[in-house]
Amino acid sequence: MFAASLTRLRYLSLAFTNLRRHRLRALIGVAGIAFGVAAMLAILAVVHGAIGMFERILNTDSDYLVFERKVSDLFFSSVTPAQLAAVRARPEVAEAHAMLFGIVSADGHPVITCFGLEPSDPRLRRAQWRAGSADDFGVRPGEVFLGTRAAEFLEARPGDKVEIGRGEFVVGGIFRTENGFEDGGVFMALPDAQAFFHRENIASIVAVKLRERGLGPQFKAALEAEQPGVMALENREFSQNYNSFKILHVTAWAVGLCAFVLGGLGVANTMLLSVFGRIRELAVLRVCGFSARQVGALVMAESAALAALGLVAGLALGAAVLALLARLPDLQGYLSARLTPGVLVGIVATAFLTALGGALYPAWYAARIQPAEALRYE
Amino acid sequence: MNNPERTSSRRGEIVAEATDIWKSYDGGRVEVLRGASVRVREGELVALWGASGSGKSTLLHLLGGLDTPDRGTLRVCGLDPRGERERLTLRRHLLGYVFQLHNLVPDLTVEENIRLPALALGASAKAMAARVRELAERVGLGHRLAHRVQDLSGGERQRAAICRALMNSPRVILADEPTGSLDEQTGETVFALLRELARSQKAAVVLCTHERRYAEACDQLLRMRAGRVEETR
Repeated sequence: MFAASLTRLRYLSLAFTNLRRHRLRALIGVAGIAFGVAAMLAILAVVHGAIGMFERILNTDSDYLVFERKVSDLFFSSVTPAQLAAVRARPEVAEAHAMLFGIVSADGHPVITCFGLEPSDPRLRRAQWRAGSADDFGVRPGEVFLGTRAAEFLEARPGDKVEIGRGEFVVGGIFRTENGFEDGGVFMALPDAQAFFHRENIASIVAVKLRERGLGPQFKAALEAEQPGVMALENREFSQNYNSFKILHVTAWAVGLCAFVLGGLGVANTMLLSVFGRIRELAVLRVCGFSARQVGALVMAESAALAALGLVAGLALGAAVLALLARLPDLQGYLSARLTPGVLVGIVATAFLTALGGALYPAWYAARIQPAEALRYE
Repeated sequence: MNNPERTSSRRGEIVAEATDIWKSYDGGRVEVLRGASVRVREGELVALWGASGSGKSTLLHLLGGLDTPDRGTLRVCGLDPRGERERLTLRRHLLGYVFQLHNLVPDLTVEENIRLPALALGASAKAMAARVRELAERVGLGHRLAHRVQDLSGGERQRAAICRALMNSPRVILADEPTGSLDEQTGETVFALLRELARSQKAAVVLCTHERRYAEACDQLLRMRAGRVEETR
């Protein structure tokens, strides 16, 4: 039965023949889809990579994140010393690390992320130290520790004085991490960061490691009851609910979809040209026994073939663009492209839906061609 | 003269019949057919002969379900070609078309063109290849199967079109001025091939022509004038 169905669809091989016959036209359609795919792939991979990097900054060796309730952005979150003490006092908590985020600028570098950390923060132990060590962190006030990228663009070595924002600091050490924000950023002791950003005794978040992961709901309920000004979210829950991530995510898909709409219009144009240029030919197919449905399906199949070719070309192009971006000196370390199966499925589905959507009108038009009218004026 | 009973005294099953057909265009301003009737029996070669504008091509198109009449009765192989489903059945299984300008698909090879009707049916590749070769060799195109249409001469193109019309072994071939765009010698060759192939396949042929010599070589000659079948032989 399946073989019989396939046999009935053999006429669709004509779709490939038609694409072969009109190579330039096919190429334009393929290019439209390919650029859409490449744009979507690059945008989503970069945005998801950036989100992933930020998630890793927050989630280092922690199960829960505690931050100010109803705050739109973590940079504006304020966790007070009392709230921090309440977190640490919970019996479910094994470790709790307060962290303060800030953004500063330096000459020629408008955005440098500053991390105010406690000396016990696990990311200090995890970093590869190129100069100094984790043990030096927070020992001498007024010292900053630079990521290797930050050290490069600030042209700073250990012991040098660097100007960051409106302050001058001594470089206490240089570390390397895989995370672009950290590697291009500055670690400073939490009290120094609080003073620098005028947020005395305040933390942006508290990263909490529990004694047992199963204690999470109990920890969350108890903490939020005791301290209504803060909320605790499991790492994954945080990633799904954090507004900035959501906005980035939606923006990336929206921009990608716009690129696809343009690609879809290209396919629609290609298929319309293809149909209008072959009216007599399609009429001949009807005379030869092709049904209206078969003629319409032929146009749709041509479009699907364009989408498949465009998808392959677009994925290759997108991968090439990402590889190229990753090699750009200004972006090194900041770009961590991340492709999830969901994104890939989304791109494939969008490519086919766009191409088939673009072919709907041409297919409908082709199916309605009346052979007598098309052939009458021979 | 329009009585179909008088158009043929031959025996055999009637495969196509049009009775009192009227057809006009442009909102009735251009009346092309005015009560034309024709009856075609199986295996018969019928000529619709007349000057340009006499209505012969229109009558042929109506028989083939390419158009619908304003009035009158049509029956082809037991089916009414006015219905969409019936038209599809006729085109797929029972009718073959040959046009004045061959209407082959450009850029396709001769083989790809000839097998189009079988492709619509979903025939197997093996069966299609065998049938295409058989027909092409009958018309002397066996060595041209891999060539593209644009590489063929006018006569070769028309021979390929005849093969395409015969691909699904139709019972009736509708040929609209198949020699009209060919020189005299090539035209005679094509006409002879059409007649011979139709006979060997036991297919009836309805041939539109304005050339008397081809019309007279047919089993039945219907002369058309001003939208009517005026004279029969």
